[in-house]
Amino acid sequence: MKLVIAAGPPASGKTSILFKTIKYLKGFNAKIAVAKLDCLTSDDERVYEALNIPVITGLSENLCPDHFLAINIIEIFNWAKKSGADYLIVETAGLCNRCAPFIDRALNICLIDCLSSIKVPKKLGPIVTTSDIILISKVDMVSQAEREVFVYNLIQLNPTAQILEVNGLSGFGSQRVGNIILNSPSYDSIDGDILRHSMPSATCSYCVGEIRIGGMYQQGIINKMDFSKGSDFSYV
Amino acid sequence: MFKNLLIIGGQDKNENRELIGELYLEKGKIYTIVGPTGSGKTQLIEDIECLSDGFGLTKRKILIDDGISPQHLRSSYQNRLVSHLSQNMHFILDMSVINFLKMRLKCTNFPDDIKSVEKILEYANELSGEKILGHFSLTTLSGGQSRALMIADVAINGTTPIILIDEIENAGIDRLRAMKILVDSDKIVLVVTHDPLLALYGHKRIVMKNGGISKIINRNPYELSLLKQLHSINKVTETIRDDLRRGKQLEKECFYGL
Repeated sequence: MKLVIAAGPPASGKTSILFKTIKYLKGFNAKIAVAKLDCLTSDDERVYEALNIPVITGLSENLCPDHFLAINIIEIFNWAKKSGADYLIVETAGLCNRCAPFIDRALNICLIDCLSSIKVPKKLGPIVTTSDIILISKVDMVSQAEREVFVYNLIQLNPTAQILEVNGLSGFGSQRVGNIILNSPSYDSIDGDILRHSMPSATCSYCVGEIRIGGMYQQGIINKMDFSKGSDFSYV
Repeated sequence: MFKNLLIIGGQDKNENRELIGELYLEKGKIYTIVGPTGSGKTQLIEDIECLSDGFGLTKRKILIDDGISPQHLRSSYQNRLVSHLSQNMHFILDMSVINFLKMRLKCTNFPDDIKSVEKILEYANELSGEKILGHFSLTTLSGGQSRALMIADVAINGTTPIILIDEIENAGIDRLRAMKILVDSDKIVLVVTHDPLLALYGHKRIVMKNGGISKIINRNPYELSLLKQLHSINKVTETIRDDLRRGKQLEKECFYGL
């Protein structure tokens, strides 16, 4: 089975472009299953169901969605295999951009909305640096000149990724994305595979539900801000 | 980069053979793509952009200099073929025009000399009704000014052999001059539009229907004369627009030629 992991900030257009890509892949009789991972709620299952394919939704709730993916990916892989799929596409919401949900052997696609972070894709961190394919969405909204600057910055961060421009509304780019997926490698199992980027040690008291603020409630790994480095200006 | 681009017809949405078997696209020519929504205009552009090898949805083949192109041309951004200009596009960076152009030239590996920044501005000002100055903020440019700057930038800095234009608004920009600048930059210009003035600029019109190319229309002498008439009407509209902008009362004596 081929494994595709698609990640990107909320509302960047992941579902739209994946929907169009799956439609294209279905023209090649590809049997596709989709797992949608989100934090609190997701209606996208219904969107994908319209394509007559197996769909499952996982909500990470209290957990960071990247951790949630790492914890569940083998089970998701086995679910898709059991449903008879040849292709598994995992769509997952990026949260704080500290991590990336990418797995070494998967085809890892990162989608960025070029309206949001055109000057500093650096803010997105490992989601950009460890991906195989970078899709730039909403390209019909931004000038060619700015997009070229944007791509230049992306190439500095990840020189090996393939960069494509897409438009989820018109479906522009979905054919090229589809062709890359068609040509990606296939695996029987992903047991023993590794994450491309480590996830942070989320082990402070707030990770486990603490709501009171103040030093006496803080346990575990506490990373305190350094206030010696602020600007020199002060009112006193 | 290449001499010509050849489209070899595939099939339409009902899997019937496309009516046009072959179409050569040449540099320095304007092609207008027309057809209702859903007729396959976007798909045609996508086929061209990914140099379709006959296995896509439409089974079209796009050949460069009569041969199938190598895979690397098909996939990487650096080798992409098409620059886009669309009516919906905006500048979104909070920077001055001059600083942005400097940054842009640095990123696209052109020498960062003030001369080419000035050249882009000069071209843009030829097109724009209202003058663009270097210290203006990108985001506060008017629609016409933005479009003029985008067109000048694509014509001068564009590294792609094809330019795709998805409508150009008719306000505040000299469209005839814009098309001339683009064609003079030795590129294939594709225009998706139903705007009469813009559509008739095309040397050929590619008519889309149900996902396939159904007809190629060569612009005939009558259409060319029509284009000239439309252009003079457009000039009148522009003059009226300018007078309105300047706060003038329009009088019979102004003689707008109508």
